[in-house]
Amino acid sequence: MKNITCECGHVNPEGTVLCEACGKPIEGNQHINGNQPNKLLNMRYDGSARRSQTYNKTFVDKIWNFFSSVKVGVWLIALTLIASAIGTIFPQEANNQSPLPANQYYEQNYGIAGKIYYQLGFHDLYGSWWYMLLVASIGISLVIASLDRFVPLYRALKKQKPKRHETFLTKQRLFGQADQATEEDKEALVQGLKKQRYKVYEQDGHILAEKGRFARWGPYVNHIGLIIFLIGTLLRFVPAMYIDESMWVREGETKQIPGTDRQYYIKNEDFFVETYDKDDPRYQEAIEEQGGTVVKNYQTNAVLYERTDEALPGSEPELKKIKEGAIQVNRPIKVDQFALYQTTYQLDEFKTMTFKIHEKSDEDEKELDTFTVDLVDPKPEYNLENGIRITVDNYFPEFEMQNGEPTSVSKYPKNPAFVFNIFTPDNPDKPEVSFVGIGANLDPSGENQYKVGLKDFETRDVTGLTITKDLTLPILGLGGLIFMIGVIQGMYWNHRRIWIHPREEGVWIAGHTNKNWFGIKRDLEKIVEGTNVPMVTDQNELKE
Amino acid sequence: MELSTISSNLLYGAFILYLIATFFFGGTIRTKGKEKASTRTGNIAITITIIGFLSQVGYFITRWIASHHAPVSNLFEFTTFFGMMLVLAFIVIYFIYRLNLLGLFTLPVALLVIAYASMFPREISPLIPALKTHWLYIHVTTAALGEAILAVSFAAGLIYLIKSVDQSKLNKKTFWLEFIIYALYATIGFIVITSVFRGIGYDSTFQIPSEMENAEPTKVEFTLPAITGPHNGELITNGAMQPIFNVPEWMSGDKAASKLNTFIWSLLTGLVLYGLTLLILRKRVAAAIQPYLTKVNPDLVDEVSYRAVAIGFPVFTLGALIFAMIWAQQAWNRFWGWDPKEVWALVTWLFYAVFLHLRLSQGWQGERSAWLAVIGFAIIMFNLIAVNLVIAGLHSYA
Repeated sequence: MKNITCECGHVNPEGTVLCEACGKPIEGNQHINGNQPNKLLNMRYDGSARRSQTYNKTFVDKIWNFFSSVKVGVWLIALTLIASAIGTIFPQEANNQSPLPANQYYEQNYGIAGKIYYQLGFHDLYGSWWYMLLVASIGISLVIASLDRFVPLYRALKKQKPKRHETFLTKQRLFGQADQATEEDKEALVQGLKKQRYKVYEQDGHILAEKGRFARWGPYVNHIGLIIFLIGTLLRFVPAMYIDESMWVREGETKQIPGTDRQYYIKNEDFFVETYDKDDPRYQEAIEEQGGTVVKNYQTNAVLYERTDEALPGSEPELKKIKEGAIQVNRPIKVDQFALYQTTYQLDEFKTMTFKIHEKSDEDEKELDTFTVDLVDPKPEYNLENGIRITVDNYFPEFEMQNGEPTSVSKYPKNPAFVFNIFTPDNPDKPEVSFVGIGANLDPSGENQYKVGLKDFETRDVTGLTITKDLTLPILGLGGLIFMIGVIQGMYWNHRRIWIHPREEGVWIAGHTNKNWFGIKRDLEKIVEGTNVPMVTDQNELKE
Repeated sequence: MELSTISSNLLYGAFILYLIATFFFGGTIRTKGKEKASTRTGNIAITITIIGFLSQVGYFITRWIASHHAPVSNLFEFTTFFGMMLVLAFIVIYFIYRLNLLGLFTLPVALLVIAYASMFPREISPLIPALKTHWLYIHVTTAALGEAILAVSFAAGLIYLIKSVDQSKLNKKTFWLEFIIYALYATIGFIVITSVFRGIGYDSTFQIPSEMENAEPTKVEFTLPAITGPHNGELITNGAMQPIFNVPEWMSGDKAASKLNTFIWSLLTGLVLYGLTLLILRKRVAAAIQPYLTKVNPDLVDEVSYRAVAIGFPVFTLGALIFAMIWAQQAWNRFWGWDPKEVWALVTWLFYAVFLHLRLSQGWQGERSAWLAVIGFAIIMFNLIAVNLVIAGLHSYA
């Protein structure tokens, strides 16, 4: 490393543009920040030596320089922006409610455009490798670009001296000469600066007044926040950190909560849906507009249990009640690290069906006996009086005819139907076959002596819950918090510096701020007020 | 008088006051050379603005009491609130920079926003379970405030562009500047045409056969004469206008055709209004405004535009992303779900991140930065309007 010694005696690292101590432009390095002899100094990063601007030989240098470039960073953000927007043209696969597979869904709904969209893989854009690669590149860029700037900038601001080189001062955007200023004027300026809450440093009569330096660290702090946030989202892929399960619980049922290693159980005491009162004068008009029903509340009254015995598979669990309460939308119930959310529901699922049996020829349908089938767990056979025995030959919980064949589209008893075999004492080997469902009662042979009919049924509601455990949330929260602190630090405060440079006659004044020039000018106006020192000029405005 | 009536009167009052204040802000230009008179007119203008703002705050509070929840729960309420925040953001920035001209450009935008809002159903509506949480107020209000501050950046950017774009010849820049102005006209067009046909009580109904067998056909109401009708739709109102064309099949939502129809009407009405203005002015609108901006200091306007982004960006991040994530985590057990509204909030955020990073490099200040401020506002409006109305998702509670 070739150090550069400035005429002020300070030793600067290779690649420095403006001497860290006195600000003198270092010969041969001015091209780095694009400084030109007749123009104002580019004050980016205080002219400190950035690795990316100094070395460009090895492979590592090139990678470093690529990711440390703001231009590259802006391109990465812009590409992510455009990609994200494209992802909203059609619904993402994960968000569309259609039962169709993706390769049919897009073409059927959106024609040729949809087909292309699907073929380009935009149906799962945010989970695609290239989208993740873009976000990861932004992450790398955040780290490298921040390090490339933060370290030298920190050094430069730490090493800066009140005594500045005259070229540095004359080439500041805010600059003024006050040839007739007296010692008293200078003292008045210093007092004025202190009144404006500047920190004042002095060196051989040279003054540096500074405030808000910490604002310069804002960008780096917010970048750290973003990095922590991105790491948090990555940790989600670690199984122990993140669990996302769902379950259905029927009213009255106690079930093991998935994802909890058989440790916790939940009982659904009651599930209900409440709607707003149609006649409530407050909302009457709006409710009518929206079709007469607006849901007010979805709620599961739940009891949570913890298993107290060894969780051996197959053994009946010993449960201890630990919590009781309501689960509502927006109000999950929490146990340990798990949160249970009200996600969906099914009203009036069939619980039991009671059938009666009578002689087919009996016009009064006088019931010989009845039997009740538990629709979740039907018994294989039912022995009735008169020696009649009924077996369940086939059970369709959610019955539907498909291609002329009876089938069940789910295992949930939403539309139960049965094929019963009826064994009578007269004919113990050759059963009569009977098909019974909701609104359907068939005798396939047409020669049955007995008929089974639906007499009664019971229903109950089922609640659909989601169980999540997300240990990444505190990390994400921390990242968000740090980001907010950094972004406020950088945006709501500015780093302002004012230099007073004694001359043989009077003083020179120069000022610089990283943003909000209007603010520093107002400070300066207040400071020079009542002195012989004229207001500094904005040399940026002069050129126009 | 009922509370809800008081509430709407206060909103109406605020609207009128903003309108008057706009004229006073306009008056600050005409007093050429007379600094004192200009300052006095400016003071009157900002006072009226503040009274208008207080009146709108009154609307907000009374409506809150009347509806039992913060009035930010549907498109009318949210958009009105956005208008209110726009005025608030303007007032704050006015007292930093004392730039009268900013009022002349910001208040009309706020007026447009509020008038636009009132074209949507205004009844007090009950909250669905997903909206029943304090995060509704916290998220929506902060997000709206952030977007409003960013919108002030747009107003300042627009001043910069009208002042500095060379109007001597027609080129890309003058074209796009006129396009922005036309977009404002189209918004006026929407308000005018909707009000006119609402005034005469126009209504036509279409019947669309259902895809399911034996199901009742769907009926769709149009409140504007149908230039475009629903796919397979059949007009059943006698004497109503037959659509010139029907929308393609993929625009399948019940209201898709009606929305497209309204959009076309707005564009056409805007075009007529804009055309009339051109006829009267006999030059481009921006060229006609430019001479009034001679005294404007472009550096100051550029600074205001940048400062508004600097102030608004953190607020927007907090409201539209962080609070949104906290709520989403609570309501849907995931803090992020790639819902279109979420994605467009991210797009907005990324865009302003680009804006701020570009300010670091030379050449992206002044005019180019002003163009960016305009594009940023277009993205915000797209998220506010188009995403709700076109790309429906979880947020389409309108």
